[in-house]
Amino acid sequence: MPEQQSLTPNGLQALLDALQARGYRIIGPTLRDQAVVYDDVQSLTDLPVGWTDVQEAGHYRLARRDDDALFGYAVGPHSWKHYLHTPVQRLWHAKHERDDIIVTTEPPEAPRLALFGVRSCELHAIAIQDRVLLGGHYRDVHYAARRQDNFIVAVNCAVAGGTCFCASMHTGPKAVAGYDLALTEIIDEGEHRFLIEAGTPEGVEVLSELPARQASNEDIALADAILASTAESMGREMQADDVRELLLAHLEHPRWDDVATRCLTCGNCTLVCPTCFCTSEEDSSDLTGTEMARSRRWDSCFTMDFSYLHGGSVRASHRARYRQWMTHKLATWHDQFDTSGCVGCGRCITWCPVGIDITEEVKAIRETSQEAGS
Amino acid sequence: MAASGRTPRLAVWKFASCDGCQLTLLDCEDELLGIAAAVEIAYFPEATRGTIRGHYDLSLVEGSITTPHDAERIHEVRRRSTHLVTIGACATAGGIQGLRNFADVAEYISVVYARPDYIETLATSTPIAAHVPVDFELRGCPIAKSQLVEVITAFLAGRRPVTPAHSVCIECKLKGNVCVMVAHGTPCLGPVTHAGCGALCPSYHRGCYGCYGPMETPNPAPLSQALTELGMGKRDLQRIYRTFNANAPAFREESERHDA
Ligand code: SF4
Ligand code: SF4
Ligand code: SF4
Ligand code: SF4
Repeated sequence: MPEQQSLTPNGLQALLDALQARGYRIIGPTLRDQAVVYDDVQSLTDLPVGWTDVQEAGHYRLARRDDDALFGYAVGPHSWKHYLHTPVQRLWHAKHERDDIIVTTEPPEAPRLALFGVRSCELHAIAIQDRVLLGGHYRDVHYAARRQDNFIVAVNCAVAGGTCFCASMHTGPKAVAGYDLALTEIIDEGEHRFLIEAGTPEGVEVLSELPARQASNEDIALADAILASTAESMGREMQADDVRELLLAHLEHPRWDDVATRCLTCGNCTLVCPTCFCTSEEDSSDLTGTEMARSRRWDSCFTMDFSYLHGGSVRASHRARYRQWMTHKLATWHDQFDTSGCVGCGRCITWCPVGIDITEEVKAIRETSQEAGS
Repeated sequence: MAASGRTPRLAVWKFASCDGCQLTLLDCEDELLGIAAAVEIAYFPEATRGTIRGHYDLSLVEGSITTPHDAERIHEVRRRSTHLVTIGACATAGGIQGLRNFADVAEYISVVYARPDYIETLATSTPIAAHVPVDFELRGCPIAKSQLVEVITAFLAGRRPVTPAHSVCIECKLKGNVCVMVAHGTPCLGPVTHAGCGALCPSYHRGCYGCYGPMETPNPAPLSQALTELGMGKRDLQRIYRTFNANAPAFREESERHDA
């Protein structure tokens, strides 16, 4: 059990300073356009100090807290894939010069990223994308470069969002692996402090430079109580242990027709999902036909192009596309990557413009699985 | 593609429209010289007076069909064109003037014009594709400059233009925008609207007005339900789908569902 230490808010600023001094670009939660999004952070005042969020299916609002908590909200519309598996990535470009075609591959960019304020579900999501994008025979060099040398500061969730269900997915609310440092925020009788523990040698080294002191047993007990209460107050739940079998046994369930009448095939759920990794490649050329480039951008199994083969799209109906998304996340991902594709972050529920709720869809299939026959 | 060795000839044709899409071509300041070098702009009433008769490798057609004369003329354009690409909401859906399709044209002609007998017009405004085969449709009101350049470039290279038909939401999320509908309660047609604008309105905290028309597989009914929950009434809903692409089938049917 690594030793827990205690930091004041000033001590936490010292952590930001230490990371900057080490040459990291720090990305963390900030406020923009009435939401918590991930962007550059230099000082604690860049964080959403004293804010929380109210999340429901298809609904997100910021609200004031009655304290100055720095991490008193759940995850917002962005996930870390904005920085690690970027929305658009140029792959190569080519130039026609006399009789030659010169192809230049895009060199991978390796910004030294420090991810500040990563939640437990997100650590799991990053681990899943690592497995998908780096684990197989074909490694994604761009992802690899952006992932290398990350310094990850995790935050244990002190509040659960209205659409969170990490407790069901065994992915939170406490960070257990994949971080350099992990924080638990405690505000008790007006006194603001952070428990901090290191998960890697580099974390130990950075921590040794901070004005931290040994955490009291009372604070350690308090942090445990905070996490227990977060786990108790999940906005959603999903019975996940047999969901793979449930869905694969009910590929013709009438609920797929029902959700097809409600789904807009807009693709929002896939793009906000921290584990969805799909991209399409697009070519561009100049007017004279002497230069061209290929890039990739995030795509979604909700688009028609996604499954377009000669003659048409394989998954043309709304039903087929919603079913692809949900069965991939919860069922076939296990076969493909030996893990669930869902970490219970709730983003797809909150950011669906019509509030389609993956936990409700599973429940509906479960509850009627007897009648529908299996 | 033109036969090799000859500069392809481009024509721009105008039907019932505001000229905004043609102006997009003139607005391609940085690219215009490149375009002029790559193609012979053989017919372009907005930019030049000289008209060249003959055959065109690429015809860009702006505007909808609203008169018997235009219904004839478009066949002539088709005959003269190897490739015919329609540009903008008028040419691809019938435009704002497609509102006439919901009204009695004879009646308002009698109200608006002093000499109604001088007016020769059709009862409807229809897209070009309702009259002749079209090789490619470029959406927007007006079209986006970058997409027009992409269509011309793709034509010159003999490849398919990259103008995805998915929702505006996808562009919105690629940009990292915060969804105005979910986070602000602002009604937005992005989920049912064809991409191409780069999520322009949501990037400025406005809802999408649907000016690119319906996306590839639009499902407006559940969106209308969500818009109702945000406070839009029946009449608001009928009107929001009835603008530049009022006559596009998915929007027309949805607006008619909200007829009083
Ligand atoms: S499927 Fe939904 S809840 Fe699960 S990880 Fe993706 S966005 Fe989060
Ligand atoms: S759910 Fe769809 S977008 Fe997400 S990873 Fe699977 S196929 Fe790709
Ligand atoms: S489930 Fe919701 S967010 Fe996903 S495609 Fe359907 S309507 Fe869009
Ligand atoms: S703001 Fe509009 S276009 Fe953007 S994601 Fe939300 S609903 Fe879609």
